[in-house]
Formats: sequence, structure tokens, C-alpha cells
Amino acid sequence: MASLVGSRVERKEDKKLLTGRGKYTADVNFVNQTFAYFVRSPHARAQIKKVDITKAMKAPGVVSILTGADIANDKIGGLIAGWRIKSEDGSDMKVPAHPPLANEIVNYVGDHVAVVIADSLDEARNAAEFVKVDYKILKAVVDTKGAMDSDQIYKDIPKNLCFDWLLGDRAKVKEAFEKADKIIKIDLINNRVIPNAMEPRAANADYNPSTEEITLYTTSQNPHLARIIISAFNGVAPENKLRVIAPDVGGGFGSKIYPYAEEVVCSWAAKKIERPVKWVADRTESFLSDCHGRDHVTHAELAVKNDGTFLGFKNETIANIGAYASVFGTVTPTYLFGPCATGVYKMPAAYTNVKAVFTNTAPVDAYRGAGRPEATYTIETLVEKAARELGMDPAEIRMKNFPTQFPFQQTLVHSVDSGDYVASLNKAMEVADYKGFEKRKRESANKGKLRGIGLCSYFEACGIAPSPVVMMLGCGIGLWESAEVRFNPTGNVTVFTGSHSHGQGHDTTFAQIAADQLGVPIENIEISHGDTDKGPFGYGTYGSRSLTVGGTAIVKACDKIIAKGKRVAAKMLEASVDDVEFSNGEFVVAKSNKKKTIGEIAFACYLPGTYGEVKSPLPEGEEPGLKETSFFDPANFSFPAGSHICEVEVDPDIGETKVVKYTAIDDFGTIINPLVVEGQVHGGIVQGIGQALYENCHYDETGQLVTASYMDYTMPRADNFPEFDLGFTCTPATSNPLGTKGCGEAGAIASPPAVMNAVMNAIGTEISMPATAEKVWKACNQNKKKNSEAA
Amino acid sequence: MKTFNYHSAKDVKEASKISSSSSAFLAGGMTTIPSIKLGLASYRDIIDIKGIKSLSGIKVSGKSVKIGSTTKHVEVANSKEVKKAIPSLAALAEGIGDPQVRNRGTIGGSVANNDPSADYPSACIALNAVIHTNSRKIEAEKFFKGMFETALKSGEIIEAIEFSIPEKSNYQKYPNPASRYAVVGVYVAKHKSEVNVAVTGAKSCVYNDKDLAKALSNNFSSSAVDAVRISSSGMNSDIHASAEYRANMVKVFAKKAVEAC
Repeated sequence: MASLVGSRVERKEDKKLLTGRGKYTADVNFVNQTFAYFVRSPHARAQIKKVDITKAMKAPGVVSILTGADIANDKIGGLIAGWRIKSEDGSDMKVPAHPPLANEIVNYVGDHVAVVIADSLDEARNAAEFVKVDYKILKAVVDTKGAMDSDQIYKDIPKNLCFDWLLGDRAKVKEAFEKADKIIKIDLINNRVIPNAMEPRAANADYNPSTEEITLYTTSQNPHLARIIISAFNGVAPENKLRVIAPDVGGGFGSKIYPYAEEVVCSWAAKKIERPVKWVADRTESFLSDCHGRDHVTHAELAVKNDGTFLGFKNETIANIGAYASVFGTVTPTYLFGPCATGVYKMPAAYTNVKAVFTNTAPVDAYRGAGRPEATYTIETLVEKAARELGMDPAEIRMKNFPTQFPFQQTLVHSVDSGDYVASLNKAMEVADYKGFEKRKRESANKGKLRGIGLCSYFEACGIAPSPVVMMLGCGIGLWESAEVRFNPTGNVTVFTGSHSHGQGHDTTFAQIAADQLGVPIENIEISHGDTDKGPFGYGTYGSRSLTVGGTAIVKACDKIIAKGKRVAAKMLEASVDDVEFSNGEFVVAKSNKKKTIGEIAFACYLPGTYGEVKSPLPEGEEPGLKETSFFDPANFSFPAGSHICEVEVDPDIGETKVVKYTAIDDFGTIINPLVVEGQVHGGIVQGIGQALYENCHYDETGQLVTASYMDYTMPRADNFPEFDLGFTCTPATSNPLGTKGCGEAGAIASPPAVMNAVMNAIGTEISMPATAEKVWKACNQNKKKNSEAA
Repeated sequence: MKTFNYHSAKDVKEASKISSSSSAFLAGGMTTIPSIKLGLASYRDIIDIKGIKSLSGIKVSGKSVKIGSTTKHVEVANSKEVKKAIPSLAALAEGIGDPQVRNRGTIGGSVANNDPSADYPSACIALNAVIHTNSRKIEAEKFFKGMFETALKSGEIIEAIEFSIPEKSNYQKYPNPASRYAVVGVYVAKHKSEVNVAVTGAKSCVYNDKDLAKALSNNFSSSAVDAVRISSSGMNSDIHASAEYRANMVKVFAKKAVEAC
């Protein structure tokens, strides 16, 4: 049987998903179901003086109205920050209470105040209008940069500062900067974006009074995490009485890793009223209350020698984490950001200092790439500026500072096991026809357009694990992954994974791996995920971890199956275990024609006997059945890397930027399915270009979200893009037996700096993201003025 | 969504009779339905006029193109007669919204709504349109009164819009990258005795830019546009485009339209 790993197997899940047969949380309905509608704060910051539900309770169809007072009475715990960060001075981060329904204060527009539960959604929404909340409006803190000098939001959190974190060595950096020929400085804004998963968040909780069990259907990338948080922290139900199912989920991009107030409230309310409670976000609620991404203000400096050698790097960043510390809100701007901030370079000295501030805006959490796009944007725009100021080619300065020996001990944290940064940049330059750029630039100029080229060489640390490391750094959970491989008696196979697919194509790629390992046709393998009652505990999908961590667990569980299969085959074939070999789904006794298929072994394991005589095919002491579980905790992160080259054309009359050519060369180690990987890269690039050119979350000075619909929030669309030229180089990872590295986030990490470097190259002016038409037009105008003054 | 009474009118007379201060006429529903769903508007009565046959259809004569008010954008975009008589009008219809909107939205709805960023009002101004209602004929110049405001009275229904066929014309817009409504749209039409330069998106209501029109009447070329100073005073300013930027765009897109004529 030919190996499936490496082949372009079409996605098994697409048939149902593309023909409208997917089953999403909103598709789940229970008998006697009620509908929840949340009363949300219209103010960015206010004291709640009184919540009066008297009139609303009399509205037709209302079953129950619950408020923050009920949450407090029932001792339902608050939402949590999942990662503990310490400040440079050794003090713990400061985190405000975050009750699922606000009790005394509201802290962003969209904050949850009460829930109205009624027989129909219309009735719930109608009654919500009669919930009278008496607010004392307070001055909102909105601006990231100014947050520390604004009104104090929480009485125990001075300067609105969650933590002031340092990674690296200030003294060493100072020394390095003293030796520099030149210091390159840059000020950047990493714009806040709204995740905009295609499927809005939703929850449907059903309480069974007989078993006292809650079943929660929800839009989650990580159902086990939802269960443990809702049990252990919110105290809604013990873990063994809470089943969380994340069925088909329409995208997450990080925003669905952890439970929100709505899931907690629906589960709690369902138990309270003993009826199912369903909630589906409308699009406006998604804009207001999904955790947002990015939102950094950064000043960075690079110390260089005149020949382009890097000596040191410093990074001073203010990260806006919104009104509350969300589950991964504190790690995203620290350990997911700082270690990658020195990029793919040898950097003798470096530090990253991050001040995380609270503001009266929606919480900010992980969003595709989480911290690594922010890091890459900083270093890669700075390196490009260094090249400009030193008069060097941007490719040359990068090549000069790439490490060439692996494993490479990166400056701040990571020991990078494998990579070849020179190879990917060389290939990218070749595919992109880097040399031909000047000619294309002249052709654009003839049409009145400004053409620019931008590079980005990136690496990132993903495949998020190993548990002892992440827990040492403050993570509240382990980050291994589980797999259970279950042969059914008739020879087909169900593989349970603790990771979760919400667009990544696990049904296909994981089945390819299991098919290769077990020698079973891919059609006979079912991948199961997303139900805490079905498979073993797992940690879900984010941080480009599922294949490197979860895929490996599948390999390891298959190894155990094969080991047992050998023992059983040896008994059945009357041979020594050591003489039994396994390949292509057959156990063969060496130097003989004696063999059993894996299906026959499975059958024998489940039906271990013979008619007419007492005879077991199982060796003595061997248990019946054929099912194995593996928990895999890798020894290291995985470190994908690559080089992207972008070309843009700017129309100086209107400032519009068009991406006209885009090349991406990535090293993801071993590739299981190029078709799926290319899809991931396409999506990542598009999201990154979206951030660079179009998307921008905008709050006004009072904290109202101006971009709360697609009328004002610009999503990138298919007609914004050219065909992408994709290619790969391969240095297999050494930290997992498949040799794979994560690929889900790379596109979103590499593309923003590649695009912005191209825009800045075209117009000759430094600007921050997003490079919207008006911003670019203004920059072009200023250049025109400067030029005419000079003339 | 608040509940309402739904009426399907069999003719204009009946539709007008049912109408009141708390009713709305429904044709394509591309604005009305989302407004109701978002809670921005609520009506006691929704009067559906889609079924009234006399309101739909395209008639082209030697001098004018007359389009029934419930004619869909897609019908205008695909009409051979319109393409021949006023190609820019068909092109405008083809560029409205997206396929879903073009398959539902109607010309009468667009004109009656008078969204400051809508495309059709600029065509009405540039092409000296006459708005035929169930009670009178209104010249476009007098029809568009202000933001979402028209000369229509309560119960008055647009029956058709009649455009004069110009010597040449063209419409160019810069679509908002988010909503794809016009940030600025400029419709230039050269008639026998005059030139109109209708601008949408830039101010609270569509208008005829007299300075550009005068300059182009004297010299119909893009260099004539260059010489006109466009003031940003009174122009819209929002997160997508400042007044200053819009003023620039009026000029740039007026030039593009003249060059494409």
C-alpha cells in the first residue's frame, strides 16, 4: 500500500461542510428548550446602581431573568486568567474579578449584565428591553498608550497595569548598544483586530434532573478546557456531571479556545430552571464580545555595525489586554511574544519589556499567531529599516545575520532544533523573481503606480507544549495531547483525538497518519473529536499544535496497537513474537508465508475463542479487545520558519494599495497533506494581509465600538488578492517522530511585515498598520510636498 | 424584530390607500428589512408593492430611458436597451452592492431611500431624471432634499424614473472597502446644452457640482477638472475618509469619469 503521508488527499469533511450538512451548535435543539438573550452594557465604564427586572418579568414568554446578584448568591465563580505572569520586580500580575454577569461595575460596551430566558428568542429580546439598569457613567479608558496615565479602572490596580514584564538582560543590551555603529529605531502600532469567525459563538445547555448531568453544546476549539474551567473555577457542576460537546465549529482563530460568560451562564441557568437554554450570538454581539486580537504600541531599537551585523535589540511594548484578563490574554503578549521578538537572527543581546494595561474595551486574547505576529512585525520592519539606513539590500542584511548551525540557541528562550533560513530565503527570492523587481517597478511607474517590494523572514515557536516548560512559565494547565485508537471488531477503526478540528482538516490528515501506521484503508478510519464523553482528556486546537502534539499521540497509540497485534499474531501463528513483522496491515512471520491481517487480529481480540474447543488466540495474560491510548508531551516546541516576499502597487492619487504578487516559502518539516497545508497558508496570508491593509477595530474616545458591523469593519475579500506562489523547504523537526512543524499560523505571522515593508518601500515613508487608502494617500501627499519644496 | 402587518398590494391605488405615517412600502427590502431586524425602524404595516406589474419594466425611446420603480438592479444591468442608450447607467447598476443585492434591490427603493452613499441618486441628477409618482412628476434636482430625505409625501409612490439620454456619460466610484457603498461616486453626463457632474458619498446628500459642471461645459477634458478647486467644506468625515480625502477623491474620480466618457 502506498504511503498516504505526503499526498494531496482531498478533505473528507468537505462534502458535509460544503453541502450544508455540517452540524453546528446553532443546529442543535432540545425539547422544551428556552432561549437566552443577554442584556449588555451600552457604556464602556459605569457603576451599576440598580437592576430592575420587575417589568421585564411580566413580559410574555419570560421564564427567568438572572443577574449578577444571582451569580453571587449561587457562588458561581468568575472567568479566569489562565496564565500567571510576574512583573520585573517579582510581583504577581494584578487581575480584576470577572463575574459572568456583572455585579457592581461594567467595564466595556457589551459586558454582560443580565440574561433574559424566554420560550422564544423574540420574547427574550423583547423582554430585555424592559430590564431597567440604572448606571452611573464613568470616564472610560480607551487608548492603549495613554492607559497608564488615565483614570484608574479598578481600585486595586494602580496605573491600570496588569504587569510590567521583562524577558532578557537590560545590562547586556546596554553594553551592546554602546558598541554599535548605528542604532535603528522604530515606533509601531499593531492594530487591534476582531477575529470574525464565520460561525458566531453559541451555546445550548441541557440539564438532566435524573442524572444531574449537564450537556453543553458549544462553539469551542477546546471542549475539555471548557469543562474543567466551568467545573473547577465557575463551580457550575462537577467534571463527571458535565459533558461538553463542540460539534462542527465554523472557525475560531483563537477566539474560541476558552469558555466565555455565555456558556457558563447557559449551563448554570439550565440547571437552575431545569430546561435547556440556548444562546446564539448575533453578529453585533460577536463584534462586541468575542475577545479581540493584537493591540500593541511598540518602540523597538536595533544596534548594528556598519556592515549590518546585529549587536542588540530592545523592545518596549504596551499591550492592551482589554477590560479583563482573559484565559490566554496574559501569555499572548509575554511568552508567546517576547521569545520570538529577536526573529530568525543571531542577536547577542536582547530584552523585551511589556506593560500590559487594562482599558474599557473588550478583552484581548490569542488571535491566529498570538504574540508571534506582533513579534515578527516588530523585528522584520526594524530589520528592513536597518537595511535602508545602512544602504544594504534587505535580503543581504538578513542573510548576514541568519544562524546556520542547528540546534540554534535563540537569544531569549528557545533552542531551535532544526531549520535552514538561508535556503528558504534563497528559494523565495528565486520564485519571486527578486532580481526582476526593478523592471516591474518601471512598468508600474509607466502606469502612474508606485511599486514596492517587502521581505519577511520569520520563525515561530508553536506546537504549544511541553507541559513542564509552559507550567514553569505560568501556564495553569498542561499542554500535552491524547489519542485513543480503537479497532472495532469488524476491523474498521475509530481514532479519538483530544485536539479539535474547526476548519483544519483533521478528519483527513489524521486519518492519513493512522492509515499509514495501521495499514488500514483511509475510508475505514473515522476521526472523532469534540466530545468530552467520547475520548480521553485533551487540550484542543490552537498554537499550531494539533499535528505535532496530537498527531504524534496517534502514532504512539498505533505503535501500542501494533505491539499487541504482534503478540496475538505470534500466538495464532505459533511463532516467536520477535519473528513477527508488521507492514502494510499484515503481521508476517519472518522467512515464512504465515501471516494474519490486522483485521483478523482485531476480530480475534474481540472474539477470543473457537467453536467446539476451549482455545484462545490470545497469549496467556493478554486482555481481550484492541484499543490503545497514548498521551504525548513533546520535549520541545516546533519551530516552523520561512521567507515571504510581497509586492504591492500603490495608486498615489487615491492611496489604494493592491497586493500584486505574493510568494511564500515555508519550512513545516514533514508535510502530511500539501493540499491542506496550502489551504492553511492561504488563509493565514489572507488574514495577515487583512490586518496590514484593511482590518481595524476602532473604539471612539467614549469606548463605543465604531466598527461593530461589516459596514465599517473591513474584512479582506477574495478580490483583494492575487494568486499566491507557495513553496516549501524541509528540515524535519526532531522533537516528534513525524518530523512535522505547525503550519496554521505561519501565514498570519509572516504576511503583515512583508506587506508593510512593501508599502513602505513603495511610498518611501514609514507608516503603521493598517495601510488604509487615506493613510497611504496622506503619506504620498507629504512626499509630494517635500519633493516640491526640495525642488 | 418587532412584528408588523404584511399587505401585498394589488395596485398602486390600494398600496397608497393602506399607507399611513406608520407604514413602509416594500420592494426589494434591501434597506427596510435590515433596518427592522436591527431594531432601527419599526412599522405597523409593511405594504409589499413587488406584485404590482405596472411598476416594473424598462422602456427606451429616442430621448429617454424610463425604468419602472420595482425594476431590479440586475434587470437594468443586463438590459440590452439600457446598455445601448446609456451604457453608464447599466454599468452603475452592475456595480451596486453584490449579486444578492442586485437580484433583490430595486431602483425605486434606492431612489426613495436616498442614502447619501447610494449610486442611483447620482444617475438621477446627472441624467436630468424625472421621478414619476402616482400623483406628479418631480425633477431630480428638486427630489433629493437631504440625508435620507426626498420630496415624497406620505402615501406617494414612485412609479418610474425617466432618464434623459446624454451625448456621453460615465460613472466612477471608490467603493468603501468594508461596505462597498460609494465613499465617493462621480457621475459625469454631457448633454446637448449642459454638463452635469453628480457627486454621491461626499456630502449628506447627492449634489451637482456646479464648478466642475461649468468647467467641463467650457472644455470637456480631464485637464479642465484639474483647474477646479474642490473645497472639503460640508463634506462627510468618518473613520473611512476625512473631508479632505473625499474632496480629493471627487476630483480624481471626476477625472476618471471624464476620461472614460
